[in-house]
Amino acid sequence: MSAALSPPEDRGGPAQPLLSVKGLLKHFPVKKGLLGGVSAKVRAVDGIDFEVLKGETLGVVGESGCGKSTTARLLLSLIDPTAGEIVFDGERVGSRALSLKAFRRQCQMVFQDSYSSLNPRLTIEASVAFAPQVHGLPRREAVARARDLLARVGLDPRRFAERYPHELSGGQRQRVNIARALALQPRLIILDEAVSALDKSIEAQVLNLLMDLKEEFGLTYIFISHDLNVVRFISDRVMVMYLGKVAEIGRSDDVFSRAQHPYTAALLSSMPSLDPDNRTEVAPLAGDPPNPIDPPPGCRFHTRCPLAEPVCSAKEPPLAVTDGSHRAACLAVQPGSGHSLAPPAAGSEMAA
Amino acid sequence: MAVLAQHSVVEGPAPKATGYWTGVWRRLRRDPVAIAAGLVILALILMAIFAPYLAPADPYRTSTLRRLRPVGTAGYPLGSDELGRDMLSRLIFGARLSLFMGITPVVLAFGIGSAIGVLAGYVGGWVNTAIMRTIDVFYAFPSVLLAVALSGALGAGFGNALVSLTVVFVPQIARVAEAVTTQVRSRDYVEAARASGAGGFTIVRVHVLGNVLGPIFVYSTSLISVSMILASGLSFLGLGTRPPEPEWGLMLNTLRTAIYVQPWLAALPGVMIFITSIAFNLLADGLRSAMDVKQ
Amino acid sequence: MTQPAIEIRNLRVTFAGVVRAVDGVDLTLAPGEVVALIGESGSGKSVTLRSLMRLHPPRRSKVEGTMTVAGQDVLAMSQRALADYRGATVAMIFQEPLLALDPVYTVGEQIVEVIRRHEKASKAEARARALELFQKVRIPSPERRLDAYPHEMSGGMRQRAMIALALACRPKVLLADEPTTALDATVQIQILLLLRDLQRELGLSIIFVTHDLGAAVEVADRIAVMYAGRIVEEGTARDLIRGPRHPYTIGLLKSRAEGALAKGSRLDAIPGSPPDLAHLPPGCPFAPRCPLAIDPCRADRPPPIPVGPGHTARCIRTDVSPTLLSPASRSDAAPA
Repeated sequence: MSAALSPPEDRGGPAQPLLSVKGLLKHFPVKKGLLGGVSAKVRAVDGIDFEVLKGETLGVVGESGCGKSTTARLLLSLIDPTAGEIVFDGERVGSRALSLKAFRRQCQMVFQDSYSSLNPRLTIEASVAFAPQVHGLPRREAVARARDLLARVGLDPRRFAERYPHELSGGQRQRVNIARALALQPRLIILDEAVSALDKSIEAQVLNLLMDLKEEFGLTYIFISHDLNVVRFISDRVMVMYLGKVAEIGRSDDVFSRAQHPYTAALLSSMPSLDPDNRTEVAPLAGDPPNPIDPPPGCRFHTRCPLAEPVCSAKEPPLAVTDGSHRAACLAVQPGSGHSLAPPAAGSEMAA
Repeated sequence: MAVLAQHSVVEGPAPKATGYWTGVWRRLRRDPVAIAAGLVILALILMAIFAPYLAPADPYRTSTLRRLRPVGTAGYPLGSDELGRDMLSRLIFGARLSLFMGITPVVLAFGIGSAIGVLAGYVGGWVNTAIMRTIDVFYAFPSVLLAVALSGALGAGFGNALVSLTVVFVPQIARVAEAVTTQVRSRDYVEAARASGAGGFTIVRVHVLGNVLGPIFVYSTSLISVSMILASGLSFLGLGTRPPEPEWGLMLNTLRTAIYVQPWLAALPGVMIFITSIAFNLLADGLRSAMDVKQ
Repeated sequence: MTQPAIEIRNLRVTFAGVVRAVDGVDLTLAPGEVVALIGESGSGKSVTLRSLMRLHPPRRSKVEGTMTVAGQDVLAMSQRALADYRGATVAMIFQEPLLALDPVYTVGEQIVEVIRRHEKASKAEARARALELFQKVRIPSPERRLDAYPHEMSGGMRQRAMIALALACRPKVLLADEPTTALDATVQIQILLLLRDLQRELGLSIIFVTHDLGAAVEVADRIAVMYAGRIVEEGTARDLIRGPRHPYTIGLLKSRAEGALAKGSRLDAIPGSPPDLAHLPPGCPFAPRCPLAIDPCRADRPPPIPVGPGHTARCIRTDVSPTLLSPASRSDAAPA
């Protein structure tokens, strides 16, 4: 195997985050009027910071317009950020030490639409073998690797390698997309709603596959989904986004059992109960998520928040530590914020 | 292979893997209209190639005595024209120039237009704006007017007619190419290819061309009939082929004076143009649906 | 016994002569009852629903069996009767309201038009009723929203507007085709609760098609699970969630991520994929994926077998199927 495609090595050791994002910002201009004058901008991602630790699965949840898919595309430099930087294992992406092409080898993505993400005119074997060839692996070796990977994702290459995407089912196509993402032996895979379009019985198969592959190849995942059950199941840590901002981030158990942000709490109680004797009686939130073109001032969530107070529309809450590694951007849990529910300020350690 | 055993996809009898073009051919074969149109075109092309063997008489030999004989005259199965030349032979020989004038400008425009359109569509941004607005200037003229104006400016003649027809079709094909490319460029597989670190040229070659040339080809096929009609029109106006060359459009022109004397005779070249253009249009329609994978 | 709101007997729908999308569905709805049709893509749930509106193109599809809605034979209706039936007796809501609403008219105009097509009402009367409907589906500032075009509304508002449009002519039966699938979680629950309230208030019978068990439990009295064109299990929502008997239903419940025992444990996935509807196996269509399948399962199609009051399962192994529910019997022994 050519030296150019040996698995990338760990540089900073296990304690250094694999990915660290600082002040990531993306505004899309909205053209209005005949002359194309820019009069508004969509604040798709509006200054977010987070880290992805080596070997973990970071779940990202949020509703449409929260910026989770834009974040995924920004991380892969498929679109250019308005501001902010991305550091991969200690090196800034795009710097001399880590070129964009070298970074892309180590970070791959699986998209939601399994059909649209495969070239309809290529056999699935050719689709999987494409990326290694781009990085200089001879065709014969690339195809051998593709067939090996197809086998690993459960598609017998003798039966499937020569087929075209339209000859496969949705679940099978998503397995091909996973194989393609693995073809460069990346360290980080971004799964953007990768199981959302699949039927429930197939979704479970693919989730099991993803967990096994993670163990086998020592992968790190960013798992983006709107399905809280799936995120809870697969993630070590969870990040909740609302209108381009991080609302809450922390260990999965903490976020799901002790949600600090009222939006997280509302999302959780919006999940159907699956208990015929305990149906949901009151919707936790009214109305739709607001438009990211013109987000409300202060806390973005105050227009729908049951705990909102005047201070919430005046002051933008920082993403602050609430306990341990658990952080939330809500004034109601931040000491000295001026919110009536805020815990007392100054040094007094939180009791219970 | 432990993973394979665990995740292996259980499934019924697997359909045999088929290639893309095999599938297109299989679907096209089930479309009787397209097949009939294809056979008509094939027959026309064979007729053009083997014209010297098929034609019963010399298409250039005039006869002042036997002018404008009706269809069915002995020795003149389809009659004779205003100079006493055998109509059947002229129609058979006419297929050569007429098909050539129909197909060549479209082939040339397909190459040039696709290149321009794919470039504009894939690069996007101001390159796209610059190219497409220029194209729009040409597109704004009605095709007939543009062809006539260009031919007139370049001067009458066969080669100039080809050039002007090509120029007429380039903007049309480029616009389609740009639209299809823009659409394909936003597909996730192109994003995935970019995310794998591939360069623009590789992505266009592997992922874009294969998916855009099909639709552009289908659209171009439908232009062949337009090209034939425009070429006939140029000849009719005296800007394309010149007498005594047999060409359907030119024949239609020279026979127009005979329309009150021998209406059937005068209509014959028109019938040939009509059949050919209908055949190309129907074949294009058939191709369009046969190339739709989801059927 | 009152006349049922919907009675479907042995419904079969075939496309292009070979694809048996619906293969013998029987379903009865009492007036004011809500039944959820659950199934994966290709299970025939949406096809069944569309058959009730006779939405399938007659040239490319064959619909057999009998369907009676509010005493009317759906398959025997003339085009004229059908036009009256659609909207006034049965109305339908869809997954994507943007496709169901006309983009060039305001939502209010569309409701007024539907009312005036079915009833003798003046424009003002129809408009007043449209306003009332908007209040009923709880659209804030309804007066103003009546004059909005569909694209000017948010996803949740559009879905409410479509429900208002569906209810414009006081139908007795509402057919809902995945109405909450495309919505965000916090909006989905609002629409589910709205449907439940409207059903109670108006005494509607609703067939609610979804692939999401959770959404079904929130609104349905009864649940019917479809697989490969047939209803494989039917019962009250409680019976079906607490005591499922068909191995497919059990598999669906067990493969859910929230049912996983612990983080990092594997999910109990159903192996394999759904069958090709053009080449259905002779026996039970689920047999190739079923951990309990025995030879008779592969030979004949199982009939519906009663397993409790109002609870049936098309499975000849319902005597042993509850053992699948216990965590001890993991489906490791699934056939390869």
